[in-house]
Amino acid sequence: MLLIILRRLGQSVFVLFLVAFVSFMMFRYVGNPVDNLLGQEATVEQREALIEALGLNDPLHTQYLGFVTRALQFDFGNSYRGAQPVADMILERLPATLELALVSAIFAMLFGVIAGVYTAIFRNGFSAHLIMSTSLIGVSLPTFLIGVLLIWLFAVELGWLPSFGRGETVQIGFWSTSLLTVSGLKSMVLPAITLGLYQMTLIMRLVRAEMLEILRQDFIRFARARGLPERVVYFGHALKNTLVPVITVAGLQLGSIVAFAIITETVFQWPGVGLMFINAVFFVDIPVMSAYLLLVGTLFVVINLIVDLLYLAIDPRIRDGQLKRQST
Amino acid sequence: MSEAILSVRNLRVVFPHRHGVLVPIDDISFDVKKGEIIGFVGESGAGKSMTGAAIIGLIDPPGYIEQGEIWLKNERIDQLDISAANRIRGRRISMVFQDPLTSLNPLRTIGDQLVETILTHLPVSADEAKRKAIAGLEEVDIDPERFNAYPHEFSGGMRQRVVIALALSAEPELIIADEPTTALDVSVQAQVLELLKKLCREHGASVILITHDMGVIAETTDRVAVLYAGRLAEIGDTQTLLRDPQHPYTKGLIASTPSVEYGDISTELFQITGAMPRLDALPDGCAFHPRCGQALAHCATKRPHMERNRVACWLYNDV
Repeated sequence: MLLIILRRLGQSVFVLFLVAFVSFMMFRYVGNPVDNLLGQEATVEQREALIEALGLNDPLHTQYLGFVTRALQFDFGNSYRGAQPVADMILERLPATLELALVSAIFAMLFGVIAGVYTAIFRNGFSAHLIMSTSLIGVSLPTFLIGVLLIWLFAVELGWLPSFGRGETVQIGFWSTSLLTVSGLKSMVLPAITLGLYQMTLIMRLVRAEMLEILRQDFIRFARARGLPERVVYFGHALKNTLVPVITVAGLQLGSIVAFAIITETVFQWPGVGLMFINAVFFVDIPVMSAYLLLVGTLFVVINLIVDLLYLAIDPRIRDGQLKRQST
Repeated sequence: MSEAILSVRNLRVVFPHRHGVLVPIDDISFDVKKGEIIGFVGESGAGKSMTGAAIIGLIDPPGYIEQGEIWLKNERIDQLDISAANRIRGRRISMVFQDPLTSLNPLRTIGDQLVETILTHLPVSADEAKRKAIAGLEEVDIDPERFNAYPHEFSGGMRQRVVIALALSAEPELIIADEPTTALDVSVQAQVLELLKKLCREHGASVILITHDMGVIAETTDRVAVLYAGRLAEIGDTQTLLRDPQHPYTKGLIASTPSVEYGDISTELFQITGAMPRLDALPDGCAFHPRCGQALAHCATKRPHMERNRVACWLYNDV
């Protein structure tokens, strides 16, 4: 067990170094940092001095190691625009994105699993058919369109919810949260639904398909033959067996929720890292972009690690299978 | 030994489909007496498993019982709603399925699944249920230390023993064993059958043993029912039936069973020509007549029924 965890950790670290390498290459070779920093008018002496100061004459691996060392200390250099440290910019905006991602992930998981189980159990019922057809909308409509439609309906026509921004925030240490104020929560609703809708329908369809598959298994038949109540058959026996594939997809989707947040944040002018990234692209702000890449990469790796560990918690066969392979 | 705990009367199960209905079980009647082991034998699709499913109320939709009655002692059990059915399933009638590898939930310990079944049916405390579960494991020769083991940590034979412990855990009156040894190694088969037989005798439970193996029938059962194309061909005491089969199909079935006796390897096996008809293409009259060597003229037009005797065949019944 411990061995598996250690091995997974090792793999994660390796992947992170790769991500850091791509991020570094981007930082170093997309555009010329010296031109970007000094502009066209700089003298040759100024350029030489800056190149020396940035260490651009050092061998590549030295530069890479330096990049990684600085990244480990949250030093991603300064933004080309505004000359603010990138780490500060991210830290300031990350809570907004993480809160949005978290809320929409919970929304997607909760409703996705409930609707999936429901449509699997009552697969021939009218409401199950209705949910399934409606879910096609969630799968097929692009995120920005859903966002705009929601704004039109709930913010413009009905005037119930704000159409942009984060509302009031409360500062807890470095973390600014909008989950503790009424206006913050109201502002959260539309972006969270926009961001989570696709994931919700995806999870729902997956849970339904898995559940239908599991319900055909012999052990479900045997559970019924043992006289276990339907509730126990569905939730005690079927649901847990659907979780391994669901967690895989849900985990990956959580990563893409953060990645897709770029679009949602743009539509709702949500002050998160996604919006920051889009602005950075406009101005070719390479340090910001490469730091964002590193951040999203790290997030994916961490989520994958958690998913792998969850497998072990859920399925005893994976625990043992791995252990046997380890010992031989 | 004469008291019938289960009576099936004129059971008919149908599956509606696009072009009509299939009738996997057609007019089957039989009794199961207290403490006896009755075998159901026949080819695949003869309706053996379907009969078991009908008794325990687990026919897959769209199939349903169209006609007939099933009585468990004094209670009619063929038209129960789900909660009433759940008070009988596992409690009074249990089932053992063919494949022990897939009968148990892979994500839950065997102890957990045993305790769950006991708590569902018996008014006992959690501690008492655990004690009973451990006693059940000991009965099927599984080390109680393995209470917290998962199904994949056991071999096929051991898993089937766990399944038997599960089936017996609430002291049912009847166990339907649907090909319980078909998926097991031959060397383990006898062991599991012997265990099933012994435990059912000890607990006073009757057994419906579904199999296609005449050898298993001969070794294990008290009585045997021969099914063909969803109909009962012949029923009777195992010894009598094996010694003096009457229905031509039963004769063919016995003659086509290989026997391994020392020095007896030269005899070629008998084959019943042709195959059992598909359910959507049953012939008129006796379902077996196209394959029967002794068919009479009216076999092709009139269906034989079991009257006072034990066989549904025109050779033994008057027209």
